[in-house]
Amino acid sequence: MIGQLVDGLSWLLLLAGAAFVIIGAFGMLRLPDFYSRLHPAGLTDTMGAGLILLGLLLQAEVAIVAVKLLLIAGFLLFTSPTSGHATARAALAAGLRPWRATDVGGSKTGKDGGK
Amino acid sequence: MEQNRVAVAGRKNEDGGAIGYRPIIHGIGLCLALVVCWLLLSGYFEILLLSLGAASVAFSVWIALRMDLIDHEGVPMHITWAVLRYLPWLFWEIIKANIDVARRVIHPALPIAPSLFDAPVSQNTDLGQVLYANSITLTPGTVSIDLNPGVIRVHALHDGAAEGVLEGEMDRRVSAVEGPV
Repeated sequence: MIGQLVDGLSWLLLLAGAAFVIIGAFGMLRLPDFYSRLHPAGLTDTMGAGLILLGLLLQAEVAIVAVKLLLIAGFLLFTSPTSGHATARAALAAGLRPWRATDVGGSKTGKDGGK
Repeated sequence: MEQNRVAVAGRKNEDGGAIGYRPIIHGIGLCLALVVCWLLLSGYFEILLLSLGAASVAFSVWIALRMDLIDHEGVPMHITWAVLRYLPWLFWEIIKANIDVARRVIHPALPIAPSLFDAPVSQNTDLGQVLYANSITLTPGTVSIDLNPGVIRVHALHDGAAEGVLEGEMDRRVSAVEGPV
């Protein structure tokens, strides 16, 4: 009974993680420029990877497998923002200018984030 | 000889403003972390494999010593507890931002307004600033692009994400993790 419950929850988490990975991939195709594509890429390696790892964690029958999955999550926590930052910084250093909204969804234009 | 090298590393870091930096303590901390890692990853407790593990740990610590990597940045023991208390808040922010960005990506009208802006950074140490920059990048909707003393350049997907950074709660929380310097 409990086993089935855990199994079901595990599948739910795996499917939700897969959904975030697919939405992330979809966003990378849909968004207009390099910088904005970094954001959906972040979906895949935070919620996507996180939920899939959680789902796998519930499938782990031996403690040592669980520990390894947690270590993978820990390493992702450091590597994914570092590589994301390096990629974005390289684009900025190469002189790539960010795309700005002009006619998308009625949003404001030229906003510099100031309050 | 080793003792001497450690002392030199300690002196060099003092003018870098390191707080509570004790190379011996950090060296022992690194040793313990590596031993725990080995045991958890191997799961075997035979003499041969344990001695291979001990040799690997000793070799790694020796290399770290030679490279002067055993300091407050290489082995940041002093903020471990504070980081653990910060993580739940960060995870919750990441979850909220994930749902928000996912909704914008699949929204038919694609409601985004990317902007590039500078935000203030109040952390005093490199470690604190890196923690802040990485927290910003980990949160979907904002990516840190350039880090200079006192200021961080951020690319945000929409105004809400930009205001979230400028509002400064994450900045304050990371400064609290870093502690008084």
